[in-house]
Amino acid sequence: MAVATQSAAPATTRWAIQVEGLTHRYGASRALDGLDLAVPWDERVAILGPNGAGKTTLLRVLATLVRPVAGRVILGGLALPGQAAAVRRHIGLVAHQTFLYDELTARENLIFYGRLYGVEDPGRRADRLLPRVGLAERANDRVRTFSRGLQQRLALARAIVHDPPILLLDEPETGLDVAGADLLDGLMTDDQGQRRTVLLTTHRLDRAVELADRAVVLLRGRVALDLPAADTNAVALAAAIRDERRPW
Amino acid sequence: MTTFPGQVGALLWKDLLVELRTREILGGMVVFALLVLVIFNFAFDLRVDNVGGVAPGVLWVAFTFAGILGLGRSFIQEKDRGALDGLLAAPIDRGAIYLAKLLGNLLFMTVVEAIALPVFISFFNFGRITLELALIVFLGTVGFAAVGTLFSAMAANTRAREVMLPIMIFPISVPVVIASVEATALALGGSPFAQSLGWIELLVAFDLIFGILCFVVFDFVVEE
Amino acid sequence: MSVTSLPLADRQKETPSRTMAWYDWALAVATFVSFPAALYGAFVYAPTEAVQGDVQRIFYFHVPIAWLMYLSFFVVFVASILYLWKRGDQWDRLARCSAEIGVVFTTLVLITGMLWGRPIWGIWWTWDARLTSTLILWAIYVVYLMLRAYSDDRARGARYGAVLGIIGFADVPIVQMSVTWWRTIHPQPVISLEGNENLPPQMLFAMLVSLVAFTLFYVFVMRQRLRIESLKGEIEEIEQLQESER
Repeated sequence: MAVATQSAAPATTRWAIQVEGLTHRYGASRALDGLDLAVPWDERVAILGPNGAGKTTLLRVLATLVRPVAGRVILGGLALPGQAAAVRRHIGLVAHQTFLYDELTARENLIFYGRLYGVEDPGRRADRLLPRVGLAERANDRVRTFSRGLQQRLALARAIVHDPPILLLDEPETGLDVAGADLLDGLMTDDQGQRRTVLLTTHRLDRAVELADRAVVLLRGRVALDLPAADTNAVALAAAIRDERRPW
Repeated sequence: MTTFPGQVGALLWKDLLVELRTREILGGMVVFALLVLVIFNFAFDLRVDNVGGVAPGVLWVAFTFAGILGLGRSFIQEKDRGALDGLLAAPIDRGAIYLAKLLGNLLFMTVVEAIALPVFISFFNFGRITLELALIVFLGTVGFAAVGTLFSAMAANTRAREVMLPIMIFPISVPVVIASVEATALALGGSPFAQSLGWIELLVAFDLIFGILCFVVFDFVVEE
Repeated sequence: MSVTSLPLADRQKETPSRTMAWYDWALAVATFVSFPAALYGAFVYAPTEAVQGDVQRIFYFHVPIAWLMYLSFFVVFVASILYLWKRGDQWDRLARCSAEIGVVFTTLVLITGMLWGRPIWGIWWTWDARLTSTLILWAIYVVYLMLRAYSDDRARGARYGAVLGIIGFADVPIVQMSVTWWRTIHPQPVISLEGNENLPPQMLFAMLVSLVAFTLFYVFVMRQRLRIESLKGEIEEIEQLQESER
């Protein structure tokens, strides 16, 4: 098990994320059915759709947690599954589970993940991140004492502990209060003030239109609708999501 | 990116910190091991001539059963909190996860053994702690924990997970149990070291073969 | 390549036939013919053993079944490695079916061992090296089947099974060694079934006929089993296709 060496930054290609013909099955049902998607660098894409449309599966495939049955996936010029280990450095993930350890403090959780991601001086990094998510006073409290909303804030901080260029956010606003939701905006730019490439799934269509540059609606594991966020609104998107009998 | 030892170190630190704060695993293991020793006292009528034959087995029953408690907890914790995905999404070697869990389990079992062994010796009024005994106990524990850690990762993802772990471990670890009990009997009985050498070699062989095999195969267990 | 991706006209050629091919028929006939031959060899042709009498004749079944038991688990081992390496469903099927038959064979080895021990020594079970090792082997592969049955989804069950298939088989020689060694340190008065090294040619011949019979049986049953599993897989694919087109 040699430790893989990789370049300091992702390969310079036009696309941050390229997906072609992505197919995946859970038992008998097809979660993803030949999905195609290309996301250029710095773009923020909202992935929308009804439950079971494949949003979470798509994010899990991109996070290298799931090896799909078929299809090509390339992140930052690195192809999965062969270069999965290299890809992980450049991805930040917020999922349904928080990935936090209840018995560790907020600061310790960030230090732990910082060390896994090879962050230099994780302690200092944690000290800088915690105020950004409004957890400075709770830094040394165990996560078990946190409300769901505070845990979610810490989960957001965890996702960017290594300052990744690509963020995958699966319903990141779960449990967040108004102040927490405002933080989300700030996390979408990296330490140098550059935009991160963001894929986020959400059921809150109004927020999706606000936060994202582009809205993609998934139905039955495929892209049903793909347009700039400026050209649409929550009502139109809701209608598209409800309309499940769209013929291909 | 962190080096392999760095990854193992971070994972191990996290597991030890969690255990230190909850004391879920260790306390239960120690109590269980001691209880086993007590109960066997009632189960067997241990007159002086009987002790040498039975006692080593009793000791290893205590170790292995307590060990299973600890092994079972190690991955169930991760699965219940969904935390394993967090580790898998991070740029670390899967083998590091295995090694860290193995070292943690090894540490816990060693602590239990360090407490149970003196208690055992006084309960049964039999044997002394020698370097040879310590070596045998260590080698046996490594073999048991090596396969146990791998199986614990599998069992955590099956139905009837508390049952699956012991029934997977026990048949596979029969060589470890036999060799450990036989060597322990020789060591406790004061036999010369040369006699137990054969069993010790078997333990070393098992530890090496299955340590490496389980490490290599672990990747396949955690991938989706 | 899946059958369901082919146009209908071509599917017939690729699908495993609902009727058997000629070589499968030949195999079936050969198997069914070889068994009476084996029975004849064991009960009539082979001379009666001097010490144990007719009870010894169970040996002509016990030993070949034991060899096939090892063969089945070796097949599981190889198929498991191939599955983890190549990920083809056919390797998983092979491992699964061979493990099933292997457990049946192992059970038969244990039963024939016990049936032999009872009239000879008056006890059902002796903890002799061979029987004990076989018992452990039986446990390992029963657990293999349980692990697959209790896994949440098919792919995971296949992977876990493959892992156990590799580890279990790697353990077999070590279990054998440690149990045998243990037995020599703590010897018991009963002798084991496998005392016989030098067989007179007639006995050897009866054994080989029996071995051929059981080997044919193994191959025949494996082929049928694999065919059924393959068809099951196809039905599932078609059902999935229907499901997604609804």
